[in-house]
Amino acid sequence: MIAALILLPIGAAVVALLMESDVRRRRLLVGTAAAHLGLTALYWCNPPTVAADAWLGFDSAGRIFLGISSVLFLAVAFYGAYRLGREQRGRQAEVDTGMPFINAPEAVYTACLLLFLAMMTLVAASRHLGVLWVALEATTLTTAPLIYFHRQPRSLEATWKYLLVCSVGIALALLGNFLLVVASAHADGSGGTLVIRELVARGAELRAPWMKAAFVFLLVGYGTKMGLVPMHTWLPDAHSEAPSLVSALLSGALLNCAFLGILRTHSICAAAGIGDFSGNLLIVFGLISMVFAAAFLVNQADYKRMLAYSSIEHMGLLALGAGLGGAALYGALLHAVNHSLVKAALFMVAGNFVAAYRTKLVGQTGRALHWLPVSGGLWLLGVFAITGSPPFGTFVSEFTMLRAAFAQGREWVAVVALVALGVAFIGMTRTFLCMALGPEPGGGKFEIAEKEQRAAVIPALVLMGMSLWLGLWIPGKLHQALAHAARLLGGRGP
Amino acid sequence: MQDWMGNVLIALILTDLLLLGSSQLRNAIRLMAVQGFVLGLLPWLAHGKLTGAALLMGATSAVLKGGVFPALLRWASREIHVRREIEPLVGYIPSLLIGLGVLTGAFVAGARLTLPWASPSPLLIPTGLFTAWTGLFLIMARRKALTQVLGYIVLENGIFILGMVVVEAMPLLVELGVLLDVFAGVFVMGILVFHINREFSHIDVDQLDALREETL
Repeated sequence: MIAALILLPIGAAVVALLMESDVRRRRLLVGTAAAHLGLTALYWCNPPTVAADAWLGFDSAGRIFLGISSVLFLAVAFYGAYRLGREQRGRQAEVDTGMPFINAPEAVYTACLLLFLAMMTLVAASRHLGVLWVALEATTLTTAPLIYFHRQPRSLEATWKYLLVCSVGIALALLGNFLLVVASAHADGSGGTLVIRELVARGAELRAPWMKAAFVFLLVGYGTKMGLVPMHTWLPDAHSEAPSLVSALLSGALLNCAFLGILRTHSICAAAGIGDFSGNLLIVFGLISMVFAAAFLVNQADYKRMLAYSSIEHMGLLALGAGLGGAALYGALLHAVNHSLVKAALFMVAGNFVAAYRTKLVGQTGRALHWLPVSGGLWLLGVFAITGSPPFGTFVSEFTMLRAAFAQGREWVAVVALVALGVAFIGMTRTFLCMALGPEPGGGKFEIAEKEQRAAVIPALVLMGMSLWLGLWIPGKLHQALAHAARLLGGRGP
Repeated sequence: MQDWMGNVLIALILTDLLLLGSSQLRNAIRLMAVQGFVLGLLPWLAHGKLTGAALLMGATSAVLKGGVFPALLRWASREIHVRREIEPLVGYIPSLLIGLGVLTGAFVAGARLTLPWASPSPLLIPTGLFTAWTGLFLIMARRKALTQVLGYIVLENGIFILGMVVVEAMPLLVELGVLLDVFAGVFVMGILVFHINREFSHIDVDQLDALREETL
């Protein structure tokens, strides 16, 4: 079953590489994504029991992150098949810079997308920190070619930065894994392990100083991938230069995978009795990320960069929730789901804007509600969804986390977080409103380059609808999984 | 075995120092090859005896880091006509001096970090720390994309050395997975170096600075 989930996209990637016809390859992409989601749904309906010492298996936390990746991937595949169909052949000019470029071969691009899905599945399934490491590094390698789809200098720069910064970060995480083995070994050097469940079970005998060192390295390593400040430098560049569907996957699925790595380590720390140490570090990194990102959200000139900084802010919020623990961890997991849905929808809408306005600059757009009614409407709704306003799911999850912070007597944490959220709200609303309702450049002579098509808005509509649904009602199965995962990872359900 | 291990580790430290001071890319690649090859002996020496796992691990690592990577980089440097690092961000003599300072620090840190059990060699942790640092330093203080790839490989070498401390506990499958990732990483970086060379007509990464913050 697990093998099917991982091998299906890998097999499809190989087929995609060999395929001649672009149209059939796009169908294969959507078909594989749908099949993957089907298998994931089967998993959710009757989760099989996992052997205690198995390296691979989906526990409740793994199922949640598998679900996010799978749902997003289907939406993005659908959108991507449409976008790829509209890509021009041969030489074309990049928006804003006018730099000439050609596209990377579509077969390689599709294959990398599918391999990325396989590696995300492997991350969610990993119950061994070594396997988790290998899978996370593999996600970096499979996504790097995706960012460089438009072969022009700026995307190349973003790809190089992404690859180097994340590879170095992940290398440090490997060192963290070694330290963890030292922490778990017996006095004669035998018995060191990286199996997560075993580490949690033997929590009390783990050596605290080595465990602390291991957590710091793993937090810095996976935090680089997750986009926590100050290791976030690759993130805005990669998100703004990548094709929008890739940005949607990076923000919605990839960052979460790194977050899962940090959560797993944190749960081991909690079992070893140093949960306060790791929790406080997570809170500090979370708050720094939120405040920093909020500052860059105000007056941001490039709307894809703005979405990227918003992702940094939400990753900070996730780290904060995980660090607070208890009910806040439940909130953080719920927020991971909500953020992914909304952010992926927004990036896909941003992709429609880039196609229609031929620019990523806020100042060059306007009256989106008139020119692209559905995209513009989604953009307007999206700003409330992403800033955590009711009735969207993000409101519920943010509220859960902040309430937990107050309940734990950490008012200052909640206050700093609230200020950052407030600044982000003002900064983002202003820009989003300008784009949706403000005047377009060039006055009466303005004409958009691409009319809105149904296939370009349906995936975003569906994801936004799911976020709204989660704000009104959380399905029982999801609630159970979230509560169980929060207990499993060191907190408890509400 | 202890003596041999010590000799190998000292050789590794020497390659690090030489790497810090080498301006010719060809020399740096040769040094990296020597380091990668010598690295392959470590699993065997750390185990104390030649087990199947140590042999497989060491051989794969030696072939990859001592043979494949250097060949790849050498080929790339020939194709894109890069011979030497001109005007590094930190000069060669200062690099060496900083390196000596860090080496001292690594020994002090190694003496403080006492393993819960007997380490295969007292030099192991200082060597690993210093090699990892050398890799990081090369990534940060050199301009050529190719030198940065080299730095990444040296960083991985350092972490590989530190991993010898826990050689018993890491499952072979995971170790091979790590090597596969490093291989794929270097491969993708190598491809990107070609693209950087074509797009910018050079591979100085400090020219990659178009992406930065602009406000309204």
